[in-house]
Amino acid sequence: MTAALGTLAAAFQSVDQDYLFEARQMQALSFAAHIPLVCFGIAFPALVVFVEWLSLRTGNPVYRTLARRWSKVMLALFAVGVVTGTILSFELGLLWPNFMATFGDVFGLAFMLEGFSFFVEAIFIAIYVYGWDRLSPRMHFLSGIPVVLAGFTGSLMVITVNGWMNNPTGFRIENGEAVDIHPWEALFGNDYFWHELVHMYLAGFIVAGFLTAGIYAFGWLRGRRTAYHRAALVIPLTVAALAAPAQILVGDWAAREVAKTQPVKLAAFEGLGETEKGAPIHVLGWYDGGEVKYGIPLPRMLSILTYHDPNATVQGLDTVPEDEQPPVNVVRMAFQTMVGIGTALALISAAYLFVWLRHRRLPRSVWFYRSLVAAGPLSVVALIAGWVTTEVGRQPWVVYDVMRTEEAVTGASGIPLGYATLALVYAGLAVAVWWILRRLSRAPLEVADASV
Amino acid sequence: MHLYDVPLILMLVGLAAYAVLGGADFGAGAWQLIGGRSERAQRIREHAHHSMGPVWETNHVWLIFVLVVCWTAYPSAFGSIMSTLAAPILLAAIGIIMRGTAYAMRSGTRTAREQRAVETLLGVSSILTPFALGAAIGGVASGRVPEGNAEGDLVTSWLNPTSILIGTLAVVTAAYMAAVFLAADARRRGERELTEAFRVRALLAALVAGAIALGGLLVLRSDAELVWDGLTSGWGLVAVLASALAGAVTITLVWRGRFEPARYTAAVAVGAIVAGWALAQNPTFLPGLTVEEAAASHTVLVATLVSVGIGVLVLAPSLALLFGLVLKGRFDAPPTAPADTEPRPLAPASQKRLLAVSAGGLGTGLLFLTLLEPGWAHAIGVAGLFVFIAAGFVAIASSEPAA
Repeated sequence: MTAALGTLAAAFQSVDQDYLFEARQMQALSFAAHIPLVCFGIAFPALVVFVEWLSLRTGNPVYRTLARRWSKVMLALFAVGVVTGTILSFELGLLWPNFMATFGDVFGLAFMLEGFSFFVEAIFIAIYVYGWDRLSPRMHFLSGIPVVLAGFTGSLMVITVNGWMNNPTGFRIENGEAVDIHPWEALFGNDYFWHELVHMYLAGFIVAGFLTAGIYAFGWLRGRRTAYHRAALVIPLTVAALAAPAQILVGDWAAREVAKTQPVKLAAFEGLGETEKGAPIHVLGWYDGGEVKYGIPLPRMLSILTYHDPNATVQGLDTVPEDEQPPVNVVRMAFQTMVGIGTALALISAAYLFVWLRHRRLPRSVWFYRSLVAAGPLSVVALIAGWVTTEVGRQPWVVYDVMRTEEAVTGASGIPLGYATLALVYAGLAVAVWWILRRLSRAPLEVADASV
Repeated sequence: MHLYDVPLILMLVGLAAYAVLGGADFGAGAWQLIGGRSERAQRIREHAHHSMGPVWETNHVWLIFVLVVCWTAYPSAFGSIMSTLAAPILLAAIGIIMRGTAYAMRSGTRTAREQRAVETLLGVSSILTPFALGAAIGGVASGRVPEGNAEGDLVTSWLNPTSILIGTLAVVTAAYMAAVFLAADARRRGERELTEAFRVRALLAALVAGAIALGGLLVLRSDAELVWDGLTSGWGLVAVLASALAGAVTITLVWRGRFEPARYTAAVAVGAIVAGWALAQNPTFLPGLTVEEAAASHTVLVATLVSVGIGVLVLAPSLALLFGLVLKGRFDAPPTAPADTEPRPLAPASQKRLLAVSAGGLGTGLLFLTLLEPGWAHAIGVAGLFVFIAAGFVAIASSEPAA
């Protein structure tokens, strides 16, 4: 671990910013707007390309119609993702200039490579969507594959940066400046990002899968049950239903990695005030005065899950001074929300997989479809709760144990004005996206035999 | 030239590409503001929209490229610019959101009125964004952005004569680039009336842009001395003259209806101005901060160049493919529906095998990711889980389940 920053280089002294909290809120709002779109960027191209593959393989026109319609949705959501993603890169400089000035050279490389992924995604998504029936079927199918790959490499690059912020390596601090920088090592030699990457990549499939399946489940409840609707329900549902149980194993792995590198963050997840041997987990409850009150205790579970040993010692929040502890209740509630919803999604998934394996059919209970309708929005809540868990859990640090968030913030005035403006614009954007998706869903189907 | 100059040159190449290609997008958006319910006015707007549909997202990425090279190779300059120029950059951000929204909404419009509303949103944001970005550049060019965290004036750094000049010039140049590109596209599609409409627009915009550029020299002389001196002597002057020459050639080409070559000469005119600005300011990045002082360490600069090199290897053929398809008119042709083929159901035997593989993947994941500790075991475990998902997905999703 690198020594803490001390003083910053002369030109980038930390400033007294009255609106640090608003700046953090503004950044969080922008992330929350962008991250569900990232899920569609990761997962939707893979689903669309898979449906096109089915159409080529089976010659069934239902698949073709579905792939074409979804590719329009994919393009519209990509357009919104492009702009919300651009805003994030602006905000890194607008809100956190000291962070960028001090460490931009350490992690910038990853964003450069991400930029190229973004180029490839934009180029091939255009070729794919505009190339329907204009390129040969084979060429068209192939043009979708770079979109899938670039969705993966793009998230890989962004998450290496987040991994670095949580486990900063590959530089030294000297007189408030990062020196002796080894960018490749800082980003890719840092084994902390792997669990974040896998966790996020699966989340992409879970969110995009359940949201899409939820829409068709809603239609299912209203009697739209043609072969077309069945395929549109089963394909996203299946991928989400397989990813959701896998995510539990990945999440467990992630928590063990956090325990190794950021024990204080883990202590905040669980509201563990003091270092404890054979530490318990509390479900629900409220952290107050160094302990969880009104929670349901599960004795020794934390030690078992974290170290696979019921007597293991788990580090508590008290190992660091109070001004280096994250806001425990925010982190803990976000963590519990994520785990709770994740478990519920895995249960819905298990029900679906069980019925399918047993009877080779969809579940018949109306409650299954109702739960699917709820699963879409809930998966988004879990996604955002997950990011709150790791991002707020890192506080008060922007670069863990090196730079505090208040040292990173801009000295510019007018943050509340910027925040209010952006919030209004994003509210408009949300309405617009809702409108587009409704319109696209109501366009008449192109195949005459979609009712078979 | 030194190693520390190279990323700056890459940024300028990216900026020129953005000014030309992104500029054409902005201009195409701005031309859609032209009112009128006549069928002709509608066709003009429709053409402007359709021409940019396949390329606007790609063209937009150049801006990201410029930003990330800046923050990697010249981090303190990036922090200084973004904090002092927060206002125009936020305005540009809002414009960018509105543009993306308008593009996405266009596909859902049904009535002429809805379409008009979306076109207005696109048009307004297509003027706001280049103006705001141009104004930000004006702040840097006139030396109003000192090094440090929001050290410059938050208002006068972008509301000043040079900023207003460059902002306006950015809007008009965008309209001009767009008109040249749209005329060429209309010609390729054999649309005579549209070709003529955009030929006239290109000539008008060229006149306005030229007049503003000439008048702007006086503004620079009083407001941005460093750049004025640089542009009126040495290599800066050469760049200005090259730009003027390329501009004159473009006007001649457009006048004579030769739009394809005009695309490239227009791009040269814009690129030369970007180069001229850099030459005029060199070696100053920001007041009191030279390019050398702003640059990151040797290791980082080398890493920057290596990753740009890797990126270009992928980017160049991809861009060539996209623009090749667009310029050959492959996206103009009406789609041809494929011939119907006999449905061929998938074999059920492979389904059982896939399910077995999937179960094996889950077991591997459980053992290696959850129960074992070393890093290599986790890698195997993750691979197992991906096999579980992929094989299970193909097995289940490719079957047609009973209702």
